[in-house]
Amino acid sequence: MKSLEEFVELFAEQFDETDASEITAATVFHDLDEWSSLIGLSVIAMVDEEFDVALKGDDVKNSVTVEDLYNRVIAKL
Amino acid sequence: MAFVEFKNVRIAGISAGVPKFIASNLHPLEDDGISSEYTPEAFVETTGVLERRLSDKLTTSDLCYEAAEKLIADLGWDKSEIEALVFVSQTADYILPATACILQDRLGLSKECYAEDVALGCSGWVYGLSNVASLLTSGSIKKALLLCGDAKKRAIGPRDPLFGHAGTATAVEFVDGADGFKFHFGTDGSGYDAIITPDGGSRNQVSADSFKLEEIEGKQMHRMQTRMKGMDVFSFGISTAPKSVKKLAERYGFDYLDYDYFVFHQANMKMNNMIAKKLKLSPEKVPSCMYHFGNTSSASIPITIVTQLQEKCKQPTKFICCGFGVGLSWGTVAFTSDDNMIVSDLVEVEEPKGESKWV
Repeated sequence: MKSLEEFVELFAEQFDETDASEITAATVFHDLDEWSSLIGLSVIAMVDEEFDVALKGDDVKNSVTVEDLYNRVIAKL
Repeated sequence: MAFVEFKNVRIAGISAGVPKFIASNLHPLEDDGISSEYTPEAFVETTGVLERRLSDKLTTSDLCYEAAEKLIADLGWDKSEIEALVFVSQTADYILPATACILQDRLGLSKECYAEDVALGCSGWVYGLSNVASLLTSGSIKKALLLCGDAKKRAIGPRDPLFGHAGTATAVEFVDGADGFKFHFGTDGSGYDAIITPDGGSRNQVSADSFKLEEIEGKQMHRMQTRMKGMDVFSFGISTAPKSVKKLAERYGFDYLDYDYFVFHQANMKMNNMIAKKLKLSPEKVPSCMYHFGNTSSASIPITIVTQLQEKCKQPTKFICCGFGVGLSWGTVAFTSDDNMIVSDLVEVEEPKGESKWV
């Protein structure tokens, strides 16, 4: 199973303009300038590939921090 | 496990009809509802839909009718021999009767005809094919038409620029000893509201409130229009479609990579690229027509074959086709076409002039 640190790294890879250093486990990702539903789709694709977990839109919408989302992924494993 | 195989059936031909009018997504029309989140350029880049065909007059059945007439002529079929017609659509002509009944008469088919509507969307061509194959496999009924598509909607309102209008015809016939079709099917009704038209059925009867505009995922729409939970559908598509292909290959003991073409429902480019990547398919094996026609619901698999594979189909070709979407519903079929399969030229349908002859 991938660690929170690995998840944060994979999460940050989905952004083009936001520097990876700006994204930590505690980042409120909906507040990032670059965040969009499109990045949300990339995150869902990453989670599908790396964890074989099918996230729902509500999992992404209702997560506040990157760590929240990681916990939702882990709960579905 | 919902696997099924029907032997002694072949696809005799495929055709597709679209309205003549082309709407560009780089220059949206007044009532095109592009989400406020995107510019037109970003929409085209993300969805892979540059343009699509539209008509405010032609219904799905009008397009299917023209496609069917073209195909019957190209095949040289005697209409009196066609004893089954299945119409797959979520934009039927009327709430009732079934559009398949209207098409039986309009196409001049015999009254000795099995006709039914199937209310499925993006998975519909694969389901419809299994319906007609099951009718034909015993050899009592020899020829059938499968008409699939979606076009003009039930209610006026801001249009979703992802979706294009198309109606297709697939001619299927009994041939003793033909290899037939292998299917896998699945359904997850817990996602029934992932793609839904909330009002106008009996659950929520149509009323004045049905037409009040609400903001849904950045777009203005009313309750007689189809709304979509984009992330849910994306997540469903990329996980379910590859699994369905793999399950079918495993069940029937073949290597799916030996197949020539993988024709997926044309959902949007991001989703389809991800599905192809997960199955490790080389891009030349995965034809696409969404750039010019958008997402055409149950028409998307046959219209992709018509517009992208007409030349290739002149020799025997191994196909895997997978439809997935509203329901949630999915289906995959594997078959080998023979070199006699007719793929008609795309039919561009003119809008009817004058008063409508229909009730």
